[in-house]
Amino acid sequence: MPVELKIVENKLTAYLSGDIDHHTAAAMRTEIDHALRQNNIKILTLDFSGVTFMDSSGIGLVMGRQKLAAELGGRCRVADPPAYISKVMKISGIGRLCEIVDTRTPVRAGVRRDGEITGGEEE
Amino acid sequence: MKKCINEMKLSFSAVSENEAFSRACVSSFVALLDPYISELAELKTAVSEAVTNCIVHAYRGQSHGTVWIHMRLYSDRRVYIKIRDKGCGITDIDRAMQPLFTTAPEEERAGLGFAVMESFTDQLRVRSSRQRGTTVVMEKTLSEKEDDGYTDLQDTETRGRKLRAGTSLC
Repeated sequence: MPVELKIVENKLTAYLSGDIDHHTAAAMRTEIDHALRQNNIKILTLDFSGVTFMDSSGIGLVMGRQKLAAELGGRCRVADPPAYISKVMKISGIGRLCEIVDTRTPVRAGVRRDGEITGGEEE
Repeated sequence: MKKCINEMKLSFSAVSENEAFSRACVSSFVALLDPYISELAELKTAVSEAVTNCIVHAYRGQSHGTVWIHMRLYSDRRVYIKIRDKGCGITDIDRAMQPLFTTAPEEERAGLGFAVMESFTDQLRVRSSRQRGTTVVMEKTLSEKEDDGYTDLQDTETRGRKLRAGTSLC
Protein backbone atom coordinates (compact mmCIF):
# COMPACT_ATOMS: atom_id res chain seq x y z
CA MET A 1 0.00 0.00 0.00
CA PRO A 2 1.27 3.48 -0.76
CA VAL A 3 -0.02 4.72 2.61
CA GLU A 4 -0.18 3.09 6.01
CA LEU A 5 -2.27 4.68 8.72
CA LYS A 6 -1.73 4.61 12.46
CA ILE A 7 -4.12 6.19 14.93
CA VAL A 8 -3.17 6.82 18.56
CA GLU A 9 -5.85 8.69 20.53
CA ASN A 10 -6.60 11.77 18.44
CA LYS A 11 -3.44 11.63 16.40
CA LEU A 12 -3.28 10.13 12.94
CA THR A 13 0.02 9.35 11.26
CA ALA A 14 0.02 8.55 7.55
CA TYR A 15 3.21 6.80 6.44
CA LEU A 16 3.53 7.57 2.75
CA SER A 17 5.76 5.42 0.60
CA GLY A 18 6.97 5.13 -2.98
CA ASP A 19 6.54 7.84 -5.59
CA ILE A 20 4.05 10.65 -5.12
CA ASP A 21 2.77 11.97 -8.42
CA HIS A 22 -0.61 12.97 -9.79
CA HIS A 23 -1.48 9.30 -10.35
CA THR A 24 -0.58 7.93 -6.88
CA ALA A 25 -1.64 11.00 -4.88
CA ALA A 26 -5.32 10.34 -5.64
CA ALA A 27 -5.37 7.00 -3.77
CA MET A 28 -3.39 8.41 -0.84
CA ARG A 29 -5.79 11.33 -0.58
CA THR A 30 -8.87 9.07 -0.45
CA GLU A 31 -7.46 6.85 2.30
CA ILE A 32 -6.20 9.67 4.50
CA ASP A 33 -9.39 11.69 4.16
CA HIS A 34 -11.53 8.68 5.06
CA ALA A 35 -9.56 8.14 8.29
CA LEU A 36 -9.59 11.86 9.06
CA ARG A 37 -13.37 12.07 8.76
CA GLN A 38 -14.07 8.85 10.65
CA ASN A 39 -12.01 9.74 13.70
CA ASN A 40 -11.78 12.83 15.81
CA ILE A 41 -8.27 13.74 14.69
CA LYS A 42 -6.50 16.78 16.11
CA ILE A 43 -3.07 16.17 14.65
CA LEU A 44 -2.45 14.60 11.25
CA THR A 45 1.18 13.76 10.56
CA LEU A 46 2.19 13.01 6.98
CA ASP A 47 5.35 10.96 7.28
CA PHE A 48 7.46 11.39 4.13
CA SER A 49 10.45 9.28 5.22
CA GLY A 50 9.50 6.41 2.89
CA VAL A 51 8.82 8.60 -0.14
CA THR A 52 11.17 7.95 -3.07
CA PHE A 53 9.99 10.71 -5.40
CA MET A 54 7.63 13.65 -5.26
CA ASP A 55 6.57 16.36 -7.68
CA SER A 56 4.18 19.23 -7.00
CA SER A 57 1.32 16.71 -6.65
CA GLY A 58 2.77 16.05 -3.19
CA ILE A 59 2.42 19.74 -2.37
CA GLY A 60 -1.22 19.58 -3.46
CA LEU A 61 -1.64 16.55 -1.21
CA VAL A 62 -0.26 18.42 1.81
CA MET A 63 -2.26 21.58 1.07
CA GLY A 64 -5.48 19.61 0.71
CA ARG A 65 -4.96 17.62 3.93
CA GLN A 66 -4.06 20.77 5.87
CA LYS A 67 -7.29 22.36 4.65
CA LEU A 68 -9.43 19.37 5.61
CA ALA A 69 -7.72 18.89 8.99
CA ALA A 70 -8.32 22.57 9.76
CA GLU A 71 -11.98 22.28 8.75
CA LEU A 72 -12.31 19.38 11.17
CA GLY A 73 -10.70 21.38 13.96
CA GLY A 74 -7.22 19.91 13.77
CA ARG A 75 -3.94 20.57 12.05
CA CYS A 76 -1.52 18.88 9.72
CA ARG A 77 2.23 18.50 9.88
CA VAL A 78 4.87 17.03 7.63
CA ALA A 79 7.52 14.69 9.02
CA ASP A 80 10.96 13.69 7.77
CA PRO A 81 11.02 14.61 4.09
CA PRO A 82 14.19 13.31 2.39
CA ALA A 83 16.61 15.91 0.97
CA TYR A 84 15.40 15.73 -2.64
CA ILE A 85 11.83 16.26 -1.52
CA SER A 86 12.70 19.11 0.84
CA LYS A 87 13.74 21.12 -2.20
CA VAL A 88 10.28 20.87 -3.78
CA MET A 89 8.75 21.76 -0.42
CA LYS A 90 11.02 24.78 -0.14
CA ILE A 91 10.04 26.11 -3.58
CA SER A 92 6.37 25.78 -2.66
CA GLY A 93 6.73 27.56 0.68
CA ILE A 94 4.55 24.84 2.25
CA GLY A 95 6.49 25.36 5.50
CA ARG A 96 4.48 28.53 6.02
CA LEU A 97 1.24 26.58 5.88
CA CYS A 98 2.15 23.65 8.05
CA GLU A 99 4.89 22.62 10.40
CA ILE A 100 7.74 20.47 9.06
CA VAL A 101 9.27 18.28 11.74
CA ASP A 102 12.24 15.98 11.98
CA THR A 103 11.43 13.02 14.19
CA ARG A 104 14.56 11.05 13.39
CA THR A 105 17.25 10.81 15.98
CA PRO A 106 20.58 11.99 14.62
CA VAL A 107 22.82 8.99 14.00
CA ARG A 108 25.97 10.76 15.08
CA ALA A 109 26.37 14.02 16.91
CA GLY A 110 27.94 16.75 14.84
CA VAL A 111 26.72 15.49 11.51
CA ARG A 112 23.79 17.84 11.37
CA ARG A 113 24.13 21.53 10.87
CA ASP A 114 23.26 23.78 13.77
CA GLY A 115 19.62 24.71 13.94
CA GLU A 116 18.72 22.63 10.94
CA ILE A 117 15.54 20.74 11.68
CA THR A 118 14.17 19.86 8.31
CA GLY A 119 17.08 17.65 7.36
CA GLY A 120 19.07 17.87 4.14
CA GLU A 121 18.20 21.40 3.19
CA GLU A 122 20.58 23.84 1.63
CA GLU A 123 20.86 27.33 0.33
CA MET B 1 27.70 24.62 -30.30
CA LYS B 2 28.62 21.30 -28.75
CA LYS B 3 27.91 18.06 -30.48
CA CYS B 4 24.82 15.97 -29.88
CA ILE B 5 26.10 12.59 -28.71
CA ASN B 6 22.84 10.77 -28.16
CA GLU B 7 19.16 11.20 -28.94
CA MET B 8 15.86 9.51 -28.17
CA LYS B 9 12.21 9.96 -29.06
CA LEU B 10 9.31 8.56 -27.16
CA SER B 11 5.55 8.76 -27.46
CA PHE B 12 2.93 7.36 -25.13
CA SER B 13 -0.74 7.64 -24.20
CA ALA B 14 -1.69 10.57 -22.02
CA VAL B 15 -2.84 8.49 -19.06
CA SER B 16 -1.69 9.04 -15.49
CA GLU B 17 -0.06 5.60 -15.20
CA ASN B 18 2.49 6.84 -17.70
CA GLU B 19 3.76 9.61 -15.43
CA ALA B 20 6.01 7.09 -13.65
CA PHE B 21 6.85 5.42 -16.97
CA SER B 22 8.05 8.69 -18.52
CA ARG B 23 10.24 9.47 -15.49
CA ALA B 24 11.80 6.03 -15.66
CA CYS B 25 12.58 6.44 -19.38
CA VAL B 26 14.10 9.89 -18.93
CA SER B 27 16.15 8.68 -15.94
CA SER B 28 17.52 5.71 -17.85
CA PHE B 29 18.54 7.89 -20.75
CA VAL B 30 20.13 10.65 -18.64
CA ALA B 31 21.96 7.98 -16.61
CA LEU B 32 24.20 7.52 -19.66
CA LEU B 33 25.85 10.82 -18.65
CA ASP B 34 26.37 9.54 -15.11
CA PRO B 35 24.61 12.42 -13.34
CA TYR B 36 24.58 13.13 -9.63
CA ILE B 37 21.58 11.82 -7.74
CA SER B 38 20.43 15.38 -7.04
CA GLU B 39 20.56 16.32 -10.73
CA LEU B 40 18.69 13.20 -11.73
CA ALA B 41 16.04 13.88 -9.08
CA GLU B 42 15.61 17.43 -10.38
CA LEU B 43 15.25 16.33 -14.00
CA LYS B 44 12.79 13.61 -13.04
CA THR B 45 10.71 16.13 -11.12
CA ALA B 46 10.73 18.67 -13.97
CA VAL B 47 9.71 15.98 -16.49
CA SER B 48 6.98 14.71 -14.18
CA GLU B 49 5.53 18.23 -13.98
CA ALA B 50 5.53 18.71 -17.75
CA VAL B 51 4.03 15.28 -18.48
CA THR B 52 1.40 15.72 -15.76
CA ASN B 53 0.39 19.04 -17.35
CA CYS B 54 -0.21 17.22 -20.66
CA ILE B 55 -2.29 14.56 -18.94
CA VAL B 56 -4.27 16.78 -16.56
CA HIS B 57 -4.72 19.89 -18.67
CA ALA B 58 -3.95 19.43 -22.37
CA TYR B 59 -6.29 16.52 -23.03
CA ARG B 60 -8.92 17.27 -20.42
CA GLY B 61 -12.32 16.11 -21.56
CA GLN B 62 -10.84 14.12 -24.44
CA SER B 63 -10.91 10.34 -24.52
CA HIS B 64 -7.34 9.96 -25.69
CA GLY B 65 -4.20 11.85 -26.45
CA THR B 66 -0.49 11.37 -26.98
CA VAL B 67 2.54 12.86 -25.24
CA TRP B 68 5.86 13.11 -27.10
CA ILE B 69 9.27 13.36 -25.48
CA HIS B 70 12.38 14.16 -27.48
CA MET B 71 15.72 14.15 -25.69
CA ARG B 72 19.26 14.96 -26.71
CA LEU B 73 22.47 14.63 -24.79
CA TYR B 74 25.36 16.92 -25.76
CA SER B 75 29.10 16.50 -25.39
CA ASP B 76 29.25 19.40 -22.92
CA ARG B 77 26.88 17.44 -20.62
CA ARG B 78 23.87 19.49 -21.63
CA VAL B 79 20.55 17.67 -21.55
CA TYR B 80 17.80 18.85 -23.89
CA ILE B 81 14.24 17.69 -23.22
CA LYS B 82 11.24 18.60 -25.37
CA ILE B 83 7.80 17.54 -24.17
CA ARG B 84 4.90 18.09 -26.52
CA ASP B 85 1.16 17.50 -26.69
CA LYS B 86 -1.54 18.23 -29.24
CA GLY B 87 -4.10 19.24 -26.67
CA CYS B 88 -6.12 22.35 -25.94
CA GLY B 89 -3.20 24.75 -25.58
CA ILE B 90 -2.63 27.44 -22.97
CA THR B 91 -4.67 30.64 -23.33
CA ASP B 92 -2.39 32.83 -21.26
CA ILE B 93 1.14 31.46 -20.80
CA ASP B 94 2.32 34.25 -18.48
CA ARG B 95 -0.59 33.61 -16.18
CA ALA B 96 -0.15 29.83 -16.34
CA MET B 97 3.47 30.22 -15.31
CA GLN B 98 2.66 32.22 -12.21
CA PRO B 99 3.23 30.18 -9.06
CA LEU B 100 0.01 28.91 -7.46
CA PHE B 101 -2.09 29.60 -10.55
CA THR B 102 -4.10 26.53 -11.53
CA THR B 103 -7.15 25.77 -13.59
CA ALA B 104 -7.68 22.45 -11.80
CA PRO B 105 -8.02 23.19 -8.07
CA GLU B 106 -10.59 20.40 -7.71
CA GLU B 107 -7.82 17.92 -8.51
CA GLU B 108 -5.63 19.54 -5.85
CA ARG B 109 -3.16 20.86 -8.35
CA ALA B 110 -0.89 23.24 -6.47
CA GLY B 111 -0.20 25.44 -9.50
CA LEU B 112 3.53 24.92 -9.11
CA GLY B 113 4.34 22.89 -12.20
CA PHE B 114 6.11 25.62 -14.16
CA ALA B 115 7.78 27.02 -11.04
CA VAL B 116 9.30 23.59 -10.36
CA MET B 117 10.38 23.16 -14.01
CA GLU B 118 11.99 26.59 -13.91
CA SER B 119 13.80 25.96 -10.62
CA PHE B 120 15.10 22.54 -11.52
CA THR B 121 16.44 23.29 -14.99
CA ASP B 122 18.72 25.96 -16.47
CA GLN B 123 16.32 27.04 -19.16
CA LEU B 124 12.61 26.64 -19.80
CA ARG B 125 10.76 27.65 -22.96
CA VAL B 126 7.04 27.24 -23.49
CA ARG B 127 5.21 27.54 -26.80
CA SER B 128 1.51 27.04 -27.12
CA SER B 129 -1.34 27.66 -29.49
CA ARG B 130 -5.01 27.11 -28.78
CA GLN B 131 -6.46 23.80 -29.89
CA ARG B 132 -3.10 22.81 -31.37
CA GLY B 133 -1.04 22.01 -28.35
CA THR B 134 1.85 22.98 -26.14
CA THR B 135 5.59 22.41 -26.36
CA VAL B 136 7.86 22.71 -23.35
CA VAL B 137 11.63 22.72 -23.85
CA MET B 138 13.93 22.34 -20.88
CA GLU B 139 17.70 22.35 -20.83
CA LYS B 140 20.06 21.55 -18.03
CA THR B 141 23.82 21.20 -18.05
CA LEU B 142 25.00 18.51 -15.68
CA SER B 143 27.99 19.27 -13.49
CA GLU B 144 31.39 17.89 -14.38
CA LYS B 145 32.25 14.55 -12.88
CA GLU B 146 34.78 15.97 -10.42
CA ASP B 147 32.30 18.41 -8.88
CA ASP B 148 30.29 17.63 -5.84
CA GLY B 149 26.79 18.18 -7.10
CA TYR B 150 25.13 17.65 -3.79
CA THR B 151 26.67 20.03 -1.29
CA ASP B 152 23.63 19.96 0.93
CA LEU B 153 24.09 16.32 1.82
CA GLN B 154 24.93 16.39 5.46
CA ASP B 155 26.13 12.90 5.98
CA THR B 156 29.71 13.04 4.85
CA GLU B 157 29.95 9.28 4.69
CA THR B 158 27.04 9.02 2.25
CA ARG B 159 28.57 11.85 0.29
CA GLY B 160 31.85 10.08 -0.19
CA ARG B 161 30.33 6.71 -0.81
CA LYS B 162 27.65 7.27 -3.37
CA LEU B 163 26.83 10.42 -5.17
CA ARG B 164 26.51 9.16 -8.67
CA ALA B 165 23.19 7.71 -9.65
CA GLY B 166 23.66 4.29 -11.19
CA THR B 167 21.15 2.89 -13.60
CA SER B 168 19.69 0.81 -10.79
CA LEU B 169 18.39 4.00 -9.19
CA CYS B 170 16.21 4.82 -12.14
